[in-house]
Amino acid sequence: MNLKLKIWRQKGPKDNGKMVDYPISGISPDMSFLEMMDVLNDQLVEKGDLPVAFDHDCREGICGSCSMYINGEPHGPGRGITTCQLHMRSFADGDTIHIEPWRAAAFPVIKDLVTDRSAFDRIIQAGGFISVNSGSPVDANAIPIDKHDSDRAFDAATCIGCGACVAACKNASAMLFTSAKVSHLSLLPQGQVESRDRVLAMINQMDEEGFGNCTNTGACEVECPKGISIENIARMNRQYLGAAISYSPPKATGGGD
Amino acid sequence: MSEFREKTSIVDARVPEGPLADKWVEHKNHVRLVSPGNKRRIDVIVVGTGLAGASAAASLAEMGYNVKSFCFQDSPRRAHSIAAQGGINAAKNYQNDGDSTYRLFYDTIKGGDYRSREANVYRLAEVSASIIDQCVAQGVPFARDYGGLLDNRSFGGVQVSRTFYARGQTGQQLLLGAYSAMSRMIAKGGIKMYNRHEMLDVVLVEGKARGIIARNLQTGEIERHSAHAVVLATGGYGNVFFLSTNAMGSNVTAAWKAHKKGALFANPCFTQIHPTCIPVSGDHQSKLTLMSESLRNDGRIWVPKKKGDTRKPIDIPEEERDYYLERRYPAFGNLVPRDVASRAAKERCDAGYGVGASKMAVYLDFKDAINRMGEDVVASKYGNLFQMYEKITDENPYKTPMRIYPAVHYTMGGLWVDYNLMSNVEGLFVLGEANFSDHGANRLGASALMQGLADGYFVLPYTIGDYLADDIRTGAISTQSSEFDAAEKEVKNRLHQLMNNGGTKPVDYYHKKLGKIIWEQCGMSRNAEGLKQAIADINAIREDFWKNVRVPGTEGELNQELEKAGRVADFIELGALMCQDALDRNESCGGHFREEFQTPEGEALRDDDNYAYVAAWEYQGAGMPARLHKEELHYENIKMVQRSYK
Ligand SMILES: Cc1cc2nc3c(=O)[nH]c(=O)nc-3n(C[C@H](O)[C@H](O)[C@H](O)COP(=O)(O)OP(=O)(O)OC[C@H]3O[C@@H](n4cnc5c(N)ncnc54)[C@H](O)[C@@H]3O)c2cc1C
Ligand code: SF4
Ligand code: FES
Repeated sequence: MNLKLKIWRQKGPKDNGKMVDYPISGISPDMSFLEMMDVLNDQLVEKGDLPVAFDHDCREGICGSCSMYINGEPHGPGRGITTCQLHMRSFADGDTIHIEPWRAAAFPVIKDLVTDRSAFDRIIQAGGFISVNSGSPVDANAIPIDKHDSDRAFDAATCIGCGACVAACKNASAMLFTSAKVSHLSLLPQGQVESRDRVLAMINQMDEEGFGNCTNTGACEVECPKGISIENIARMNRQYLGAAISYSPPKATGGGD
Repeated sequence: MSEFREKTSIVDARVPEGPLADKWVEHKNHVRLVSPGNKRRIDVIVVGTGLAGASAAASLAEMGYNVKSFCFQDSPRRAHSIAAQGGINAAKNYQNDGDSTYRLFYDTIKGGDYRSREANVYRLAEVSASIIDQCVAQGVPFARDYGGLLDNRSFGGVQVSRTFYARGQTGQQLLLGAYSAMSRMIAKGGIKMYNRHEMLDVVLVEGKARGIIARNLQTGEIERHSAHAVVLATGGYGNVFFLSTNAMGSNVTAAWKAHKKGALFANPCFTQIHPTCIPVSGDHQSKLTLMSESLRNDGRIWVPKKKGDTRKPIDIPEEERDYYLERRYPAFGNLVPRDVASRAAKERCDAGYGVGASKMAVYLDFKDAINRMGEDVVASKYGNLFQMYEKITDENPYKTPMRIYPAVHYTMGGLWVDYNLMSNVEGLFVLGEANFSDHGANRLGASALMQGLADGYFVLPYTIGDYLADDIRTGAISTQSSEFDAAEKEVKNRLHQLMNNGGTKPVDYYHKKLGKIIWEQCGMSRNAEGLKQAIADINAIREDFWKNVRVPGTEGELNQELEKAGRVADFIELGALMCQDALDRNESCGGHFREEFQTPEGEALRDDDNYAYVAAWEYQGAGMPARLHKEELHYENIKMVQRSYK
């Protein structure tokens, strides 16, 4: 296959960046999209040019590193796949392919197609956990869990933290990502204890990071490679309202022994 | 002084005295403790945020130590462990099929072909049950049955169902559990997280590991970090083969740098070639994809009985199919251990019975499973794996059998550690796949996740205290010392050399060349002559690499070619050591198959009289043969027998 690539090149966080054309030939339809990028990069290195920087690691759709905005869609054409799972057979000979980084204020570009998604980590740090220390937990079968709840928790827990939901959203909202973690934990008895604090803290952090509001357009669900459902957003909103109404933060109690 | 006795040799594992079943409990009761007030004054560096590193970092921070964590990805959640599919073992006996700590211990020793350390393996089996409890408490959504209790499946090399799983994404769910525990401690200030940082050297002060030199991958800055102890949980080195199922970034650099500073590298030639992976499709291939071993529970492996049969698999009638694993190993059938299954596939393909365009593949067929259980049930068990297969190959495994071939998957070898998981370098601890660990010459499926989490949640947090108890009055370790100066200078020189050698060839050119040699000469089968040639060839690659590799850009920026170059430089040196180790071991055991040493039926032939040892290698300089130290293995509780899965 012969293709015309148009790729976002940006030297560093402060550089303006621009689209640059790269014709490429001899691409096999069995290659993955990232293997096509490898071919391009080896050619650039051999010519003495700078290769295109992009994040990737597992190359099987599970680590959430890869993150290219291809022809106007996060992770490119095709549903339920990440960029690394996209294959060149999805394109036709002679196609022009536009390749850009995620665009969102909360995900600043570091270089070329690499963005800084550490805001997601900070949302999890705000409350995306169950407070239990390593040591001597109770037996795993001490608390039976309804299979349906456990399956729904699992579905939400499969989020890979890629950020496609943010990139797909015209408001750059992180609601799908945040609600997936809130749902995963609150659907399990172990996670229910802290659910009120969790939802308040995580939503608060999300706002602080500069993600936009959710206006229910549903673009996130369509582009999510893991099929995370917007039902999770509804569930989180319910929990948030409940928590916000009934909640008064605990007063600090100092001193004593 | 520590309760722990003095070492009698460089490879003395200092296994505690007493009966096997009491060693760990007794040891825990006697290791020294660090009081909560003193822990606050102690810093620990943990490199790696996979299952081993994340669980260790979280646990140490919960106990009160100041932890600094490092990973090269943009988030700790993306460590390679995330990709593990099939499951994690634990001797819970929830299925009441007679499982016990002893059986898990026995299966692991036998599966490892009697080349692992008894006391460590027993401890692993002993703490396995607590891992499941810990993960459930963190909210890991393991598969459950309709009664709401945990479900199990079985894996190769065993006859019980002890594998816990979360659909085909067990590693993801376990890692997210450990990552959430870490996140909690990051928020509390117990862990300082350094994403996009790569450790490029370990710093020894007065013989003790006291810090690291790291490169900030985003800015290119070289940084010094000090601590009272350094923990490496940096994963395996399967990518030395170029093509493997490991994530692209997985590398040996951290372990190799430690090796160059004196840490012994044990059993480097013990690598695991996993039998069920999607075959190579062309030269462009950048990595290989595993199809979980759990598929062998219900899938049947076969090739045509006729050589060079080009019919479509569905057109080949039942009586013309050779279910060769069921034929050769009736007791275990499709569930023989990985090394056995991989060699059997290679044997059939080499003999001309392979299928697919390349003829380097065998079928993994779900026809009978679909007939027996229905497509729905098969989909609920393996749906995501089938989908993954279809995305890559464009073939529907519900309709036509999968094509599979063995691929490099896991490395049993790694840095040598004692019973406390400390290397021979004081204060340098090694966890998870990075250590030579508990799997001997072959790892059983679902045991790597178990080992990583055992090391991080349940072993290191206790054993490290015994070492750190001497440091409660040391005070913060300064980074302004001649040792840090020297290490930093060395790192900078090396980067500089890579950037400025004026070469012409991309890094991948060398990596592919190296991988091909190792795959052919030090892969599924090896012989003395091939190994000797490989060592010479690898040394030639090393020289060529340093002269002719081209790394564009600069040191002071995000530079992925530079990252790769550093890693490949270390892989090249490691490759030579792997071949040296394979050449030294004049026997076949587990994943190490020396053609000269086999039974008349073509099974691995061990030599327990001469090779029942861990080969721990000491670095002697690039291109120089390493020096061998032998840790003799003593089996007091298990009789060594020829492995049989017939
Ligand atoms: C596809 C696949 C499926 C698998 N499935 C299973 C399974 O079902 N069951 C099972 O038991 N095992 C399975 N395994 C094996 C298992 O996943 C691994 O052995 C295990 O996850 C390794 O964990 P780890 O914590 O030791 O290292 P890793 O998860 O590899 O983590 C290494 C960490 O070290 C960091 N690091 C490395 N070098 C440096 C450096 N120089 N500087 C800074 N940071 C560094 C990385 O950033 C990363 O955080 C599978 C393996 C593969 C490849
Ligand atoms: S919700 Fe989906 S799109 Fe968003 S981060 Fe998670 S996996 Fe990616
Ligand atoms: S590289 Fe891991 S999800 Fe694409």
